[in-house]
Amino acid sequence: MKCEDMLAMLNEYVDGTIDPSICAEFEQHMAGCNPCQVVVDNIRQTITLFKNGQRYELPVSFREKLHQALRERWKETHQTS
Amino acid sequence: MVRAKAGELDAFESLTYRYEQRVYSLALRMLRHAQDAEDVTQQTFLSALEHLDEFRGEAGFATWLMRIATHAALKVMRKHGGLATVSLAAATESADDEEAIPHPEYIADWRHSPEQLVHRNETRRLLDEALAELDEKHRLVFLLRDGEGLSVRETAAALGLSEANVKVRLLRARLQLRELLTRTLGDPDSRIQRAPHHHQ
Repeated sequence: MKCEDMLAMLNEYVDGTIDPSICAEFEQHMAGCNPCQVVVDNIRQTITLFKNGQRYELPVSFREKLHQALRERWKETHQTS
Repeated sequence: MVRAKAGELDAFESLTYRYEQRVYSLALRMLRHAQDAEDVTQQTFLSALEHLDEFRGEAGFATWLMRIATHAALKVMRKHGGLATVSLAAATESADDEEAIPHPEYIADWRHSPEQLVHRNETRRLLDEALAELDEKHRLVFLLRDGEGLSVRETAAALGLSEANVKVRLLRARLQLRELLTRTLGDPDSRIQRAPHHHQ
């Protein structure tokens, strides 16, 4: 397996959906290829960082407006029942 | 969820409080425009309120909401008529496969772990700057798949793409973000210069 082949299968490896026989080859390649090891590490770190990253707070005035709109729509849709 | 479906407003409001930040952040990162993100967030929860009966629970509630939010955001993008929106269409799907996979250039261990970085205020700015560098078609796939944890199938359904196309775009997005983040977060002393044979 070459670095190029490894790149093409990176998603499947990182997501754990890789075919087990190919996985063995992938890991064998990585064991002898430091750049590929670091790239895989970096990719995992990138995903973790985005997955756990801070989100944005709603502006206070918008949050109030949102909940007001929801209450009004709720009244409209639940009035007849 | 059950109480909300049974008609309890309090229960629906609790669901809204729980997920509003997530929906708003996704909309903001997709559209990069605060007012549009607010509109999309409001539309998403109003639409969820009205279609609560249709939620069958086969996907999680969060996934269902993210799908509604994505549809609303795509509608805004189409309305604005940006060129990038056109590229979301299936017409360009085949072009994706023909582009070469970008080679990693800057390869280095990161100076800090993601666990350390995640709590720093400047990290969010760094992530958003990196996301802004991506083509829209790559950014949307990454946001849903890796940012929100949707499956490849769910991401494909939300964006109206094939699963194969989602995978290709996801790979490009991950590689590009890795490159951008490593240039900032990587330890220059540990940088690896690839030997020429690695490019074969």
